[in-house]
Order: sequence, then C-alpha cells, then structure tokens
Amino acid sequence: MADFNGENYENWKPSDFPEGYVCPEAGTSVNCHTGGWRSERPVWDKEQCSNCMLCWVYCPDSSIMVKDGEMTGIDYEHCKGCGVCVTECKFGALELISEAQAIAEEGE
Amino acid sequence: MAEEKKMFSATGNQMVADAMRQVDPDVMAAYPITPQTTIVEGYDKFVADGRVTTEYVNVESEHSALSACIGASAAGARVATATSSQGLAFMWEELHIAAGMRCPIVMANANRALSAPINIHGDHSDIMGARDTGWIIMFAETAQEAYDNTIVSFKVAEDPDVLLPVLTTLDGFVTTHAMDCCVMEEDQTVKDYVGEYHAKYPLLDTANPVGHGMFATLGDGYMKYKYTQREAIEGALDVIEKHGKEWAEITGRPFDLVDAWGTEDADYIIVVLGSCAGNARFQARQLRAQGKKVGVVRPRVFRPFPAQQIVDACKNAKAIGVIDRSDSFGSAHAPLALEVRSALFSAGVQIPVNDYIAGLGGADITLAQMEQVFTELEQCAAGEAKKSITYLGIDE
Repeated sequence: MADFNGENYENWKPSDFPEGYVCPEAGTSVNCHTGGWRSERPVWDKEQCSNCMLCWVYCPDSSIMVKDGEMTGIDYEHCKGCGVCVTECKFGALELISEAQAIAEEGE
Repeated sequence: MAEEKKMFSATGNQMVADAMRQVDPDVMAAYPITPQTTIVEGYDKFVADGRVTTEYVNVESEHSALSACIGASAAGARVATATSSQGLAFMWEELHIAAGMRCPIVMANANRALSAPINIHGDHSDIMGARDTGWIIMFAETAQEAYDNTIVSFKVAEDPDVLLPVLTTLDGFVTTHAMDCCVMEEDQTVKDYVGEYHAKYPLLDTANPVGHGMFATLGDGYMKYKYTQREAIEGALDVIEKHGKEWAEITGRPFDLVDAWGTEDADYIIVVLGSCAGNARFQARQLRAQGKKVGVVRPRVFRPFPAQQIVDACKNAKAIGVIDRSDSFGSAHAPLALEVRSALFSAGVQIPVNDYIAGLGGADITLAQMEQVFTELEQCAAGEAKKSITYLGIDE
C-alpha cells in the first residue's frame, strides 16, 4: 500500500489502493472543501441568535461553528448551502442569500 | 482419516448451522426466510445455549442484516449470515458494498425462486442475481458438501490474498431440508483449520484510525479500484483450490473446483450446478451400463468461474448439454450455459452445446429429463438442429 498522500492520488496505480478503498488516515474530510458547491449561502445574525443549537443539531456538514456553548459563525469552506439551518431556526437568526450575489458584493 | 467417523442424519441447514457454530464468528446479523430459516433458528439456539460467543443481532430486514454485517466486518469482526430468495434480492445494494469494501463475510444462501408468481421452492434465480456483485459463490450438491463448503468459505474469505465475501449456497428444500447421511469434524479441527481472523484495517483500532466506505467520484480512481476487485476474485480461484484441498486432506472428502464424472472418455456430457447433479450421474450410470459414453460435470465454484477446468473436463466430448435452474430473460443463454459456452469459445474448443432449463420453482428434475438430454445430445452430435433453449419437463 502506498503511503497516504492525497496529492499523489491521481497518479496511483491500481496496486497502490488499499483493500476496501480504505482511507488510512482519519478526519480527512476537513481537507475536502465542499463550500464551492453552494448556490445559496446562509447568513447568521448574531443579534437574533439565542444559541439554541438547533442549527448545529441539524447541519449535515458540521458547519455551524461553536465555542463554549455559543455559536461563533458558519464554516463556509464546508457549508454546501442546503439551508436546513435556516428552515430550523426559530428566531430569524439565519437567512439564505444568493451565493453569486454574496460573492459579487465581497468583490466590491 | 484413520479413525472411523460417526455418521448421522442431518439436513443441509443443520450442517451449515453447525459449521458456523464450529467456526464461532464474532457477529451474526440475520433475518429468517424460507428455506433458510432453520440455519438462523438453529444458530440462535446455539447462542441462547451458550455454545458460541457470537453477538447475534436481530434485525428488521435483510437489507439491515447485511448492512449490520458490513459494519461489523469493517469494525474488524469475523462475520457470518444467511438468507434466501427475496431476502438476497433485498440485499442487492449491500452485496456490492460488501465486496467493494472487501468485507470477508460468509453468507449461506438457500437457493430459491423469486417472485412473481410467489414460490418458496428451490431454483437458482436468486443466487444468479448475485453473480456479478463481486462475491465468491459456491454451490453444494449435498448437506455434507454444504458443511464443507461453509467451513472452507471462512478460510477463503479471510485469506489476505482474497478478502472477499463468500456465498456458500445449497439448494432450497432438496438440500436445505432433506435428511442426508453426514459426518462432522471435531470442533477443534475446524477451529484449527480456520484459525484466528485479524482484520487489516479494523475500525475499532482507535490507535490507528482509518476511513471505510470512501468516496471515489472524481477522476479514474473508481475504475482503477474496480480493476483491483477483478484481480482479487480472479486470483481467488487458486486460493479456493488450495484451502479446499487442505480441508480435503484433513477430512478425507474430495474437494475439486469442478466435479467431473466419467469425462475421460465421455462423448456426451451434462453440465449442472448443485443438487440435481446426483440425478444426472444416476442416469449416466444407467446409460453407461448400456454402453453409452456419458459424463457429468458439476462446478462447485461458480464465481470465480473455473473456465479452464470446465474446458479440460469437456474438451473431448461430441456434444454438451447445460442444465440451468434459472433463466436470464432476454439473453440467448441462461447463466451457466453462458459461462460454459464462453469458456469453450475462449479456449477455441468447438463443441455443440444444447441449453436446457429445469426445476424452476422446485419443479421436479427427473431421471427421464436427464435421459432426454443425453438422447438429444446424441442427436445433436449427429447434426440435428435444436432450438436454443428447452424448458425440460413441460409441454412448451
């Protein structure tokens, strides 16, 4: 088996793959940035947030960032923009905006 | 081999349950279905009686049964299960996952018809649905062979050069439920033979964390990986033969990838899988007594297909009849016939082949049908054309 090296994956020969397509390193999804899949972006309003953690419970991509029991933001490198956090928020602290618009505004 | 072994009567299902008891896997997750039920029922009793250390998981379906087995196998456990028919069909997506994840699960299958119409009896419609999933598939003719195949299956599945799941199959009712004369090896003999299983990448080894069930959607990683599965199952044929011969050495019972009877000088050969080979050989003996040169070939392993062994056994015949117990609707040939024809063609052997389908849904496979096949093979060799597939035993 080859030493695990994501950089060289494209050049692996069939014999380099571990049996079972096992990834011999854990937690590597952090390195896989899925934020680029977003067409809509959830935006957090800290003032409205009650830290109920419903969004944290429902987020399928562990993209609600929390420290010491309080929400600190959204991990846009991994958030795919599914919007479940917005649907579940009972306090109007999350809204979905157009990703294209958000990027354009960031560029200004 | 030296001492006399005690012979007793048992059904194929009892023998499979006992084979699994002697191996004593770490986990069994199973769901009962006719005609497999007495395997898991019997095994559950072994668990309740404390005769095994297996963690027995009661699940709500076959889909869950094989899912639980895959999880347990990835965790590093030795795993066994059993199913049949609709149950095997319900496992279809997990069959591919177990093979792709290289989980060496051993699963017994009581070969049975598929709905519709509803039918609980024996044929090979269910197991042929699993032929392209990446599992090794073995067919037992008798209860004794079901026992031996099941034990060999663990050794093959867990071999570091294989690491593939194995389906150890026996024909519904004829082999699962009929009483047969059997012998059983000592528990310790079986334990010594299969040895301990140490998974290569166990999820429970938290000091060396790994990921199972990974993503391979980008680029050609998926295709490269699938190539490794083809290599693994092709390479498994020699390993099956090696471990089968080792078990044969211990037990004194033969193990051949292909059971070839009378083929040295046979002009006409029937190729069959599973329980009805006995009827084919019985009729062949009657015909031999009349001076006819006939033979019977029975692959004991269907995946990987022992193509060379089939060619070696059949190459001097004048005509070959392949009897399938399932159909491949829309294909010119049923599954076994397709394999046999492909093996002969690839080896450059040109022998006429007649295709037959028999015993669907537990319909009787009779000596008269075997005689009909041998008679038609003679006619075939004499140049008489025959339609592509004949359904034996019915007025078409």
